[in-house]
Amino acid sequence: MSTETDAPDLSGTGGGLEERMNDFTRWIFLSCALVTVLTTIGIFAVLLFGSYGFFSDVSLVEYFTGTEWYPVAHEPSFGVLPLIWGTMVVTVGSALVAIPLGTATAIYLSEYADRRVRKTLKPTLEILAGIPTIVYGFFALSFVTPVIQRFFPETGTFNALSASIVVGIMIIPMVSSLSEDAMSSVPDELRNAAYGLGATKFEVSTSVVVPAALSGIIASYILALSRAIGETMIVALAMGNSPQITTNVLEEMQTMTAFMVDIAISDASAGSVGYQSLFAVGLTLFAMTLSLNLFSMWVKSRYREEYQ
Amino acid sequence: MSTETENPFTEGTDDIERKRTIGRVFVGVCFGSAMVGVAALVILLADVIIEAWGWLTWDFLLYPPTQSPDNFLGGIRGAGIYPAIVGSIFLIALTAVFTLFLGVGAAIYLEEYAPENRLTSFIEANIANLAGVPSIVYGLLGLAVFVRGAQLGAVLLAGALTLTLLILPIVIVSTQEALRAVPDSQRNAAYGVGATQWQVTRDVVLPRALPGIMTGTILSLSRAIGETAPLIMVGAATTMLTAPDGLMSPFSAMPMQIFDWAARPQTEFHHAAAAGIVVLLTILLLMNLCAILIRNKYDPRS
Repeated sequence: MSTETDAPDLSGTGGGLEERMNDFTRWIFLSCALVTVLTTIGIFAVLLFGSYGFFSDVSLVEYFTGTEWYPVAHEPSFGVLPLIWGTMVVTVGSALVAIPLGTATAIYLSEYADRRVRKTLKPTLEILAGIPTIVYGFFALSFVTPVIQRFFPETGTFNALSASIVVGIMIIPMVSSLSEDAMSSVPDELRNAAYGLGATKFEVSTSVVVPAALSGIIASYILALSRAIGETMIVALAMGNSPQITTNVLEEMQTMTAFMVDIAISDASAGSVGYQSLFAVGLTLFAMTLSLNLFSMWVKSRYREEYQ
Repeated sequence: MSTETENPFTEGTDDIERKRTIGRVFVGVCFGSAMVGVAALVILLADVIIEAWGWLTWDFLLYPPTQSPDNFLGGIRGAGIYPAIVGSIFLIALTAVFTLFLGVGAAIYLEEYAPENRLTSFIEANIANLAGVPSIVYGLLGLAVFVRGAQLGAVLLAGALTLTLLILPIVIVSTQEALRAVPDSQRNAAYGVGATQWQVTRDVVLPRALPGIMTGTILSLSRAIGETAPLIMVGAATTMLTAPDGLMSPFSAMPMQIFDWAARPQTEFHHAAAAGIVVLLTILLLMNLCAILIRNKYDPRS
């Protein structure tokens, strides 16, 4: 790059000014880029600093092993396990919806659909990805829960099943489009070789394309799970606000994110332990999603098949 | 295997027949799965529109919300979403200004200026990671830094800054793509006549990349306008009776107002929430149409 600044100025428009302008803009643009680094530092600092206040009042052992979470009660208890349980239930539940449907959709789009169908189906599914989560939350509350109640009348207004199904629907496009990208990048030579051996289209799809694209497919699953863990508005609206460890998905549960919303709209005063628990839970959430995201990147790069 | 030698032909046709059936069932399952997504979309939209039917009136758009569900009944003016619409528009306009400056600046640095060193690859990896951070965590960041740290309070400016940080990674990546689409030959031609990096960027690259930048930015903003969780954490009001009148004014936004209505037990409020959702989705649709129009108008391939 130094050669450019050394190059003689031929523009004849007052080189000194232009050179200075060049340096000036370089610094401006660099600082814009550094804002993203500051954001990351800010997130770490805010979460660690906020949690530090919390953990000077509450022991780590109590936080990670306690099974009761009543941070703003008169006699508070700070066991985060019920919140983690709620988050796990909705994550596993949504994965049960999104992974089979998303993968099958990806296989259809990549292997079977003709161009015309693809051209309408793909954008339609992308609309699902663009719908705000608050709208999904309303959908869970006003449509999915009443449908579940018709089959299981004991279902409460707020329940884990409805939230899980709708979070699952929300992350279908993520699984399907990322998996489809992975499948489409499998070269046709592999398919043709299998056809040449007499394989059927079904065999080619399931025994050649899917294994060859597996790293990309798994990476898409992990990213989708991370998305489900961080999902907030659907669970805040449809899953309820009682932190409890139960296997009955027709009951209310509370996720980490729903708890954060609950505290933020209540009037917990800044500086109280209940308020500080916001940052401890935020840190727990951030640690889970960050490690999943990094894991997904690692899977994708570690097991990527290189095709020329 | 002995059966094969006894009657190879029927065995063979049976086998092919079986494989054909499996193939057909498999295609059916895959197609059915793809249709589940489409069906979910259709049902969701139908549900919202049916719930909103009759509640989405001009008065709904032009009046503030009311506290009692009774006011929704009859022909008298019902509760409205006006302050939240104005709040959302202000919020998105501010966010647009901030993200255009920061996002385009950062993308220009990374694409046009940055040397290939460790700092650059660290910034790029960091941006990829930021895109995966849950939006509620950005809300905590905004709460601690803008609302409390800078002592702005739960005002419009704090909300806009928080949303800016949230969508910045997406804007940067889409702007980088737009800048990359400008062919290097054009840059080199300008360098050849002695232009500086800034001159090349300003006079050659930016004008060519502008439609792509606008498309990406509008799409990112359409994500920001539907965000609820960060605004809740920042402390935006769920319900405001008056529209915001400045940067330092407390505010509500459409998703906040929808959340408030949807979370109430009375079903009348759910109709108001549905009407609000129709307004929100319409605005989203318009923003996406704008983006598509800009892309089609300036796309050299079309």
